[in-house]
Amino acid sequence: MTGLRQIAFYGKGGIGKSTTSQNTLAALAEMGQKILIVGCDPKADSTRLILHAKAQDTILSLAASAGSVEDLELEDVMKMGYRDIRCVESGGPEPGVGCAGRGVITSINFLEEEGAYDGADYVSYDVLGDVVCGGFAMPIRENKAQEIYIVMSGEMMAMYAANNISKGILKYANSGGVRLGGLVCNERQTDKEYELAESLAKKLNSQLIHFVPRDNVVQHAELRRMTVLEYAPDSKQADEYRTLARKIHENVGKGTIPTPITMDELEDLLMEHGIMKQVDESIVGKTAAECAVA
Amino acid sequence: MDLTLDEVKARNAEVISEALSVYPEKTAKKRAKHLNVYEGDKPDCGVKSNIKSVPGVMTIRGCAYAGSKGVVWGPIKDMVHISHGPVGCGQYSWAARRNYYIGVTGVDTFVTMQFTSDFQEKDIVFGGDKKLDKIVDEIQRLFPLNHGITIQSECPIGLIGDDIEAVAKKKSKEYDGKTIVPVRCEGFRGVSQSLGHHIANDAVRDWVFEKGSDKAPLFESTPYDVAIIGDYNIGGDAWSSRILLEEMGLRVIAQWSGDGSLAELENTPKAKLNILHCYRSMNYISRYMEEKFGIPWVEYNFFGPSKVAESLRAIASHFDDRIKEGAERVIAKYKPLMDAVIAKYRPRLEGKKVMLYVGGLRPRHVIGAYEDLGMEVIGTGYEFGHNDDYQRTTHYVKDGTLIYDDVTGYEFERFVDRLQPDLVGSGIKEKYVFQKMGVPFRQMHSWDYSGPYHGYDGFAIFARDMDMAINNPVWGLTKAPWNAGQ
Repeated sequence: MTGLRQIAFYGKGGIGKSTTSQNTLAALAEMGQKILIVGCDPKADSTRLILHAKAQDTILSLAASAGSVEDLELEDVMKMGYRDIRCVESGGPEPGVGCAGRGVITSINFLEEEGAYDGADYVSYDVLGDVVCGGFAMPIRENKAQEIYIVMSGEMMAMYAANNISKGILKYANSGGVRLGGLVCNERQTDKEYELAESLAKKLNSQLIHFVPRDNVVQHAELRRMTVLEYAPDSKQADEYRTLARKIHENVGKGTIPTPITMDELEDLLMEHGIMKQVDESIVGKTAAECAVA
Repeated sequence: MDLTLDEVKARNAEVISEALSVYPEKTAKKRAKHLNVYEGDKPDCGVKSNIKSVPGVMTIRGCAYAGSKGVVWGPIKDMVHISHGPVGCGQYSWAARRNYYIGVTGVDTFVTMQFTSDFQEKDIVFGGDKKLDKIVDEIQRLFPLNHGITIQSECPIGLIGDDIEAVAKKKSKEYDGKTIVPVRCEGFRGVSQSLGHHIANDAVRDWVFEKGSDKAPLFESTPYDVAIIGDYNIGGDAWSSRILLEEMGLRVIAQWSGDGSLAELENTPKAKLNILHCYRSMNYISRYMEEKFGIPWVEYNFFGPSKVAESLRAIASHFDDRIKEGAERVIAKYKPLMDAVIAKYRPRLEGKKVMLYVGGLRPRHVIGAYEDLGMEVIGTGYEFGHNDDYQRTTHYVKDGTLIYDDVTGYEFERFVDRLQPDLVGSGIKEKYVFQKMGVPFRQMHSWDYSGPYHGYDGFAIFARDMDMAINNPVWGLTKAPWNAGQ
């Protein structure tokens, strides 16, 4: 064993992080890698395709009913799924109460102390939307994930989120050694999506590690709570995930320290590709009626 | 060897620059604004105040939770005060500040007990509102004679955004409109305990006055009703004050908050005059009652016979001749006792020099009591005073007094070492430092387990305590080993 590889998937909410990561990890498992998935989203949906389950009992909900996290055993929280992929979900409070960030910290500390990573080739963290606070930055802090993969698309806000996450990585890159592994573009069929993703990656001093085309087979598999690798292993889409898995596997040690850009630079990027027109400053803040008069 | 006034001023200015000289430039610049030599003709003490302490120094300040739970709300005896959050804040403020009270602890009074929600990791992650809900039920079951509950927020409550107001409203409804007061006094708010006082005052306004305004219909007023505001009854201070007011013909309808009750808070809007001792911690609610209910308020000072007499007359001036005569009667009655105290102690204390560093009102209020004993206050400062405190201080201090706001541990030691006072009056954290330096010390937050110090009875005890500290033979027995040969 060349040592434990720890990676994390970040990206804007709803971009397809969990789907992309589970399919990719299933492909890595197919390559013979032993995988542990750590879901770090209070929604606890990072492992459903692997486990064929609606939602797994989470570390935090079990801890709450047992009294404290010290009362839990590893077996209580870990489930085996497709190709013996081990799955845990951190979980967290219902929306609007408590501190989900602290929950992530609690869960990861518990897993490390209980030796959950023993014998695994890969640990993968699946983290919600944005790095909103210190808790959700836990997987990119010292001695956690070595490489971060940002799932994004050609949409403005997804690119904005990718840039923000890069800022989070940069913050910890020097103190802890975390690196940006690359961008994964999950196709939304926006204009010039591939070119945009590639030039954003370049701006961030990174690479577009793979462009995952849109294919309905992903939805068909999802409805059955399965990965494409399991549902339709011979499909073209399954091969796409195999390719991404192989690229990630070969990307070991090739991560970079990102160079996040400003909002203005991001807008310039969109203009370069003709997605956005030069903003006419005279119309900013004017209603339709006012514009009509003028 | 007595210095002239100019020499004193020059020495004090030199002492300040000596203390500042050890700091990094930026710190020295900041601290310089908090240190000054008082110029007798100025309207304030010439120091900045109520500003964030400089990181890296030892400040003597507390936090907003300390200001609310520890000072303002804690002494209200018939309410249960929950320290809401992890266990430490409640544990280390357990047993209060010697706010004496009458009642059966654990049955109808709860001041010296500790109630905490004892937050665990899961309460942080999942929020503590359900736990708080349950705690209120437990309090109702275990302590059915409690008259109300306050929720004193510790830091994490503000960080995780628990909705303690919603819980308070819900539980109040469940228990027939019981007074349940959520207080947002998270420790990280503000620069000192001072903001905690303000937050606690506002909570009285919003959750006692506004919500419970119909709760005192049976109250029968008299023309002589006053409320004592800002006396925490430390060592019985409010009691030795109250008897004087009653002797002069007034009726004390409320004590805020030492030995006070929820009903007294609720009745206070019926007072004819609010008399305010600790201006810093309770001026907010006094101003509110003036605006809302038209109750005038007057500051007073019950330390030492000169100030007591002055204050009794000032209070009486708000009433008719009956009360004015009453004030004179009280002053005359206690004069022989006071003369005897001064005759006994003044010869032992005459000319002794004092340095103070305390909170609230004491950095100025106790000066008169020392002067009644022939002593001189040569340095004073506030932990958490504001500019209006330093303005009021000018009525008390002499030209050339050393003023130090939010003094650091280092500065205070340095000042005492250079000025060599005969007595230092400050807190428990300072006590042993100065005693080890061979300087007599009195703990002036809770009267060093003594008191009361307020009123005429209090002055007799005050004089005895100061004499005990300064003229204790132990100081003649200490000799540093490195001075053994001399």
